[in-house]
Amino acid sequence: MNDLAFPAAERPLADSENLAISARGLVKHFGEVRAVNGIDLDVPRGMIFAILGPNGAGKTTLMRMLATLATPDAGTASVMGCDLVGEPHRVRASIAMTGQFASLDEDLTGRENLVLLSRLWGFRGRQAGARADDLLAAFELSDAARKQVKDYSGGMRRRLDIAASLIVTPGVLFLDEPTTGLDPKARQGVWRMIRQLAGAGVTILLTTQYLEEADQLAARIAVIDHGRKIAEGSSRELKAATGSGFLNLTLSDPARLDDAAELLEARLGTVAQRNVEGGGLSIAAGDAAEANGALAALVAAGIELTDFSMGQPSLDSVFFALTGHAAEEHAERKDLS
Amino acid sequence: MNETPTLADALRRVERPRPPSAFSNALVFGWRAVLKFKHVPEQLFDLVMTPIMFTLLFTFVFGGALAGSTRDYLQFFLPGILVQTVVFNAVYSGMGLSTDLGKGLFDRFRSLPIWSLSPFAGLMVGDVLRHLIAASIILTIGLILGYRPEAGIAGVAAAFLLLVAIGFGMGWIFIVLGLLIRTPTTVMTVGFTFLFPLVFASNIMVDPATMPGWLRAFVDVNPVSLMTTAMRGVLGGGASIAEIALALLAPVLLTLVLAPTTLWLYLRR
Repeated sequence: MNDLAFPAAERPLADSENLAISARGLVKHFGEVRAVNGIDLDVPRGMIFAILGPNGAGKTTLMRMLATLATPDAGTASVMGCDLVGEPHRVRASIAMTGQFASLDEDLTGRENLVLLSRLWGFRGRQAGARADDLLAAFELSDAARKQVKDYSGGMRRRLDIAASLIVTPGVLFLDEPTTGLDPKARQGVWRMIRQLAGAGVTILLTTQYLEEADQLAARIAVIDHGRKIAEGSSRELKAATGSGFLNLTLSDPARLDDAAELLEARLGTVAQRNVEGGGLSIAAGDAAEANGALAALVAAGIELTDFSMGQPSLDSVFFALTGHAAEEHAERKDLS
Repeated sequence: MNETPTLADALRRVERPRPPSAFSNALVFGWRAVLKFKHVPEQLFDLVMTPIMFTLLFTFVFGGALAGSTRDYLQFFLPGILVQTVVFNAVYSGMGLSTDLGKGLFDRFRSLPIWSLSPFAGLMVGDVLRHLIAASIILTIGLILGYRPEAGIAGVAAAFLLLVAIGFGMGWIFIVLGLLIRTPTTVMTVGFTFLFPLVFASNIMVDPATMPGWLRAFVDVNPVSLMTTAMRGVLGGGASIAEIALALLAPVLLTLVLAPTTLWLYLRR
């Protein structure tokens, strides 16, 4: 990491030049709790990178450290070529963060919020107003420009919050759970916006507890649990690591879920993931022949199926395979939608 | 789907302008405080209702008994109520700060490349405006009721300067509380628990001559009493340098101790 000490002009064009974020051994504890317990992260420039994990996994703490809002207890990191601990002011000049809770002044209008931030970034007088109006138009908020933010819907608020992070185009945009609490339509809107931002060359690091979100948006995903990174790769790589084939089935009698799971586990030698309400089961199966044999065994045991399919594992299954527990059961408490 | 080019446009040409000075950052936060007056005018209502009620109640209910006539009492009481107003008003910026911190607004400010203390400087600008507005309203009501500042316009101007200094010093207490306490209402409760004895066990309402000795010992050194004595002197003509210095002692000490504390707490959150 010594090359980071060189002034930008003389710095040799190394691998780190292509990295928006490079972190080694980041640690943060709160009292006895190690919220982040030694995480390495390399995020290439221009990529959408997702940090996936259940509540309390350490996602937000990791992001707050990278956004200079919390000081690491150990480890080093550079963001856009600037040392996180040594030059926080330079890091701040090249990042923007949209937190989990709308970081807006509710009493002011949407436009006033953006003008305020534009002035803080150094736009003067009319320029600040023009910048605010451009962003309001781009985020389809022109009609609500003169309304107080407390009268905005959740989706509008989130759009304004993201707009507020783009006063000056950041090198890295941090998005902490950008769609938590949004309805499906608003969520689609935020996804579309994130893709467009990435298209404009902004590196995006987002945290999410929605497997689908990481799957949809991110080129690379780091899976985090209990403050540690337990896997990293593209969505496809993570799925491949879990096993090629996955057997998903639904029982006509959910009461027999345990019987069916035990039988399948004994036959296939892997752990089945149960969905109790729906009477569904997912389990890794080596290939179609093995799956076929398992299905035949179920029928022989008198367990009837309403539906079955063979396919790639979902990220949900991946998470289960990696951590031994489902992501959603942690996520439920938080999910407001 | 017409927003696609617009969003790209909005992102394309945006380089960072020349970084603004710390002073201009602070002014922007001051502007925010002014916008708050526009959007939440109720806060002004809170701000002046209590002192107006105090003025009317004390003057007309107790004034005759305490000072012989309501007019004489008003002449004694009004400088004190100005001090009380400013001291109580300081609680509001602590509450506002606690609200902002709870909503994550300060995370946004902290991740900006700006002077770290500028949000607080902005709170102070808001406070000063609030103090000036409240003091003007109270003084106007006093004038209508028959209060006459012997020192004239110069005295009033000096009194306002003194009030701003007092408010600035006291403000730090509540900024620190706002940083430490999560809920705005708790900031208010803690603030008033601390302020009530200071304001009532002082020479604002009555001459301490009739108080028991142990209480007088406290009242005589109570910073609020010192401020009130100086305020009476400034408005009535004939404040000594020593009186003004004593009145400024607490605000200066508070600023020296609590401004660095504020920065320390803020950066370590």
